Amino acid sequence: MGYTVLRAGASRSFPQDHALLAGAAQDGEVVVIIGADAGAAFRKLARAETRTAVLIELGTECLGVHTGEFRGEEGSNVLGFARFRLGDADPSNLVELVRQPRTGEAAVAAARKVLEGAGLQVAVCGDFAGRIIDRLVRPYYNAALRRLDEGLATAGDLDTTLRLGLGYPEGPIALLERAGLARHFEVTQALYEAYGDPAYAPARRARVAKQKQ
Amino acid sequence: MAAEIKTVGVAGVGTMGAGIAIVAARAGFRTVVYDTRQDALDRARRQTEGFLAKSVERKKLTQPQVDRILGDLSGTTRIGELAACDIVIEAVFEDLKVKHALLGELNRICPPHALFASNTSTLSITEIAAGSGRDERVVGMHFCLPAQLMKLVEMSPGIRTSEDAFRAAWEFCRALGQVPVRTQDSPGFILNYFLVPFNNDAIRLVEAGVAAPADIDRAVKSGLGYPMGPLELLDLVGLDTHLLVAEALYASTREPRAAVPALVRRMIAAGHLGRKTGRGFYSYQGSAMFGG
Repeated sequence: MGYTVLRAGASRSFPQDHALLAGAAQDGEVVVIIGADAGAAFRKLARAETRTAVLIELGTECLGVHTGEFRGEEGSNVLGFARFRLGDADPSNLVELVRQPRTGEAAVAAARKVLEGAGLQVAVCGDFAGRIIDRLVRPYYNAALRRLDEGLATAGDLDTTLRLGLGYPEGPIALLERAGLARHFEVTQALYEAYGDPAYAPARRARVAKQKQ
Repeated sequence: MAAEIKTVGVAGVGTMGAGIAIVAARAGFRTVVYDTRQDALDRARRQTEGFLAKSVERKKLTQPQVDRILGDLSGTTRIGELAACDIVIEAVFEDLKVKHALLGELNRICPPHALFASNTSTLSITEIAAGSGRDERVVGMHFCLPAQLMKLVEMSPGIRTSEDAFRAAWEFCRALGQVPVRTQDSPGFILNYFLVPFNNDAIRLVEAGVAAPADIDRAVKSGLGYPMGPLELLDLVGLDTHLLVAEALYASTREPRAAVPALVRRMIAAGHLGRKTGRGFYSYQGSAMFGG
């Protein structure tokens, strides 16, 4: 399936060359808009409704910010997406593909085909702040930082336990040090504001790292 | 081998106890397994022989090594046969009264120097030790499932555990060929404290319609590199087992993320316990997926 890639500022999902970018055509049935200004570029896109699918790269915002919402019946050929990336680490192979309640199945299938054709893994999710991964890992990271403060175990023993006990590739403390505690603060603070759930409230160590910047 | 420990007792021969006994015997300790039921001992013996035979097939062990291990491993329904043990690891039902009754009996039987270790995953080591009659020599030793394959052991001292006893248990753990980590005597220790709420959060995403189980699992495996998705794991563990562990954790922490999502009780009521009933978050008769 032919697709076009439009660039609109620096992209967190595709900061470097990738098969998705290399395989783009001039005038494809699917339009993929990447970059921090993808939403603004979407609003200027001509004939958006005639495309099989339009994909907008998302930051922490919901897709509805760009498409509008109506009584839980919103949805069209427009989807959101973000390649999961922890802080400053390289992007993962996972794309979270965001749909709305009435998003057309043909648009979802076309988007999936384009992304998987470029070697990416696709997980479809609803239009909720934090999507899938951030909803799951931010409370876990906050708890790990809090329990480290409380002396449950040393950082090394916390990491070793979760690596050896559950097969995780990296423990939470080492991972946050690598990916950036301050970036964790930003993401989890945004989720805390979105949901008001104390599980997302930034842990002390994340707040300190942010304040130190 | 830790110099002061030569004979190991394992009380309770369920899945965990049988695995721990293999670890101890394989490491060269004379190991006495105690259970009140002879049929449980017989079943564990058959499973142990099967596991060790596979270890030979996979060239992890030689037949003479297996013969030596099986020779060092004995089972009994008479608790008095634990009298010569230098350490007894209890892996009985997660009930404080049951553990107190067992340890109290062992306290009368075992020599004063003997250590008592608990494989509990949810109860307090200090509370278990309080009913033992020798709380300064009781240590938490939480093995991971399956114990005969997983290296990690969470080790926790109770409030009154002596540093000497903890150090001896730590050295014994290393002599078993395991990897000990030290944790506080705190609900869920490390593994369950983090795993149970994480899995509950994944269930809540299904409940809230954020994504289907397969998408959540794919996201976690692809995005984080975890070997299994949380919903696959829950189906493997069984939702009834998850309910028991989560309820115990919530009862002791009152942390909202430890509270079991309502969907779990509905699925249990519907008989959707996971792999063991052929249906949980996934259906195991075909490729159809249960969306919660």
